[in-house]
Amino acid sequence: MQDASAGEDHGLKARLTEAAAWPVRLVFKILEWPFAAVQRVVGVPRMPWLFLAPNLLFFGIFVVIPLFINFAYSLTGGTQLFLQDRPFTGTEQYGFLLDCERITDPVTCREDRFWKGIYNTATFIFFQVTFMVLFSLITALILNREIRARGFFRAVFFFPVLLSPVVVALIWKWILLRDGILNAFLVSIGFDKILFFVSPEWSMFWAVFVSIWANMGFYTLILLAGLQAIPPDLYEAAEMDGTKAERVFWRITLPLLWPNLLVVVVLALIKGVQVFDEVFVLTGGGPGTATQFIVQYIYTTGFVDQVQNFGLAAAASVVLGVVLFFLTMAQLAATRRRDDA
Amino acid sequence: MKLNALLGTSAVALTLAATAAFAETELRMMWYNDGIEGEVMQSLLDRFEEANPDISVTLDVVPYKSIIEGLPIQLAAGEGPDLARVTDLGGLSQYYLDLTPYLSDVGYWQSNFGPFLDWLAPDSDAIPGFMTQLTVTGPYVNKTLFEQAGVDLPGEGATWDDYATAVNKVADALDIPIPMAWDRSGHRVSGPAISMGAKMFDADGNPALVDDGLKAMAQRLYDWHQDGTMSKELWGSVSGSSYLGANEDFANAQVVMYMSGSWQIPQFAEQIGDGFDWWAVPAPCGPAYCSGMPGGAALVGIGATEHPAEVGKLMDWLSQEEQLAEFYGKTLFIPGHLGLASGGVEFDTEDPRAKHALSTFAGAVPNISPVAFDLQGYKSNRVMFNALISRLNEAIVGELTLDQAYERMEDDVAKQLAEQSR
Repeated sequence: MQDASAGEDHGLKARLTEAAAWPVRLVFKILEWPFAAVQRVVGVPRMPWLFLAPNLLFFGIFVVIPLFINFAYSLTGGTQLFLQDRPFTGTEQYGFLLDCERITDPVTCREDRFWKGIYNTATFIFFQVTFMVLFSLITALILNREIRARGFFRAVFFFPVLLSPVVVALIWKWILLRDGILNAFLVSIGFDKILFFVSPEWSMFWAVFVSIWANMGFYTLILLAGLQAIPPDLYEAAEMDGTKAERVFWRITLPLLWPNLLVVVVLALIKGVQVFDEVFVLTGGGPGTATQFIVQYIYTTGFVDQVQNFGLAAAASVVLGVVLFFLTMAQLAATRRRDDA
Repeated sequence: MKLNALLGTSAVALTLAATAAFAETELRMMWYNDGIEGEVMQSLLDRFEEANPDISVTLDVVPYKSIIEGLPIQLAAGEGPDLARVTDLGGLSQYYLDLTPYLSDVGYWQSNFGPFLDWLAPDSDAIPGFMTQLTVTGPYVNKTLFEQAGVDLPGEGATWDDYATAVNKVADALDIPIPMAWDRSGHRVSGPAISMGAKMFDADGNPALVDDGLKAMAQRLYDWHQDGTMSKELWGSVSGSSYLGANEDFANAQVVMYMSGSWQIPQFAEQIGDGFDWWAVPAPCGPAYCSGMPGGAALVGIGATEHPAEVGKLMDWLSQEEQLAEFYGKTLFIPGHLGLASGGVEFDTEDPRAKHALSTFAGAVPNISPVAFDLQGYKSNRVMFNALISRLNEAIVGELTLDQAYERMEDDVAKQLAEQSR
């Protein structure tokens, strides 16, 4: 009796699946004819290009062409908006950006704010990437264990990723202001208020902290996926051999997690170089220029100053682009070396 | 009941559709708000639309930042609204519409808006618009705190140093966190610097930002930040030329003296009310003047509009005394219309503090230095304001010495003007 009922269910399921697949089949049927005709003309080896064409078109229009336009702007001066109206100045903007007596001291550079932006960005990246990777790894290792309410904690760590950077920065700003929650707490336990955004060190600390808080969930997820892809029998074998936990981590977990870690490091590096919105809302780049990063310099130079220096902003963007290019190349090289090994 | 509601809704929908169909020309006005002026302008526009059913006007209220940063890009690209409320009066002059051919009485405009037209059109005789408000920079004090602390409010002719001493006494007596706060703005610093003797221009009329007068004021601001008279939190907590006001701190009685300007009156009247006595005081004196900076916002037509005649018609209607008297009266703005300024505007407030502040700022106009008027009329003045505030700030937080900051100010101004002249 049960078998008969199961058979009926199975038949119903098959009919429903068939009904649902019908429109899909119809679409493929309609598309088959033109694609077959095109395939006859261009040949099978060239067909992938056809499928890639829409994406390449968008990439070309919104990335590659603006890249060249930006480079062209970097070779011009003046304040006119349209390229054809702007005087050609050659590499003058680059010369201006790179004109330094001592490259280690931004004050001696002609465009001191550009160099301050570079040094601030480098400092930010060093701390942000280091601690981001470290905390993401620790969190992923913990969330990979059989702990109570694991699903809840995974959601908690991922939640800030869903928030807009501006919202994140505003929330933390309210917490950290002179009359914010944190200072209220400090006063309630007998400490003095701390003016966090007046101190360069505190401002940089909170810029790094908030950035890690906001983005860590994403990187944790990547590492968690990597941890779950490690075959459990390796751990079982290690356990049977009586291997110590630290040795298991260094000899099994870390080497097998390495590709994911590399992705996390490179993504965090690239995102670190591009840092702008969160910190701009949180600290405004201050105090002074202590948290003014390279993208803020570009934005200010191109769009905020009364004399909108698009040429100089474009030249700084090219420099930033070159840095990102080398970072990406480094990632590719590291990945290839790993694959070859 | 349901039928009535349905009929009513249909009637409203039909009326709206008919109005939209009838309005052949749609104008867009980009606007920002300091207080309630958006509501007042909307009510005027509603009246204009009633009288001119072929023109509809949409008031696009945007953040002030969009006016300063977004609008210039739109205008440079040949885009933008038909009209806009702007504060970079001369800096955007190349994009304004000359309303002259569309005005019913050009003489009325010249006699009532004459001095301000030079700010809007520094290089021509064009009539691009009118001032929605004339502003004067100057300080407010929390008079209640002075009374509670038993400290006398400095009187007529008091200097900035007198005020610094007094506000510190008040703050010490009552444990107020910020004795003195200034808007983070080069425009705000310029009036006191001119009072200290800053000339701002050389003998040939070229910008010359740094001189002994400016250094005297800059040194004071630097010292006040180091000794706690001013909190580094306000100026030090952002970078570049970003504007930051202390209006909320003042409204929360966290500041004894606040250097800002007349545009804060409506906001303080509403926010503070009779919470404490907020009192506008005359601009403190230096050896040269007791001057604030003039300024304001103007409503201008935009040259790229496709409907110049309709823009002209609207501007002509709005500029009439009846409309402007209502606008200035309700918004508590100092009139930028000479006829109304001399005849007096009936301000829509019973608040004695607001009335006192309005009369204080209006009375400050004759004391404004000619240098301040020249600076306000200079179309690249924001280059000077931005260099001043951003570099002074870097000195205050210890990234530069004051001497390095002065060098950088001059270099920044020279660089940007050179770029502009290419």
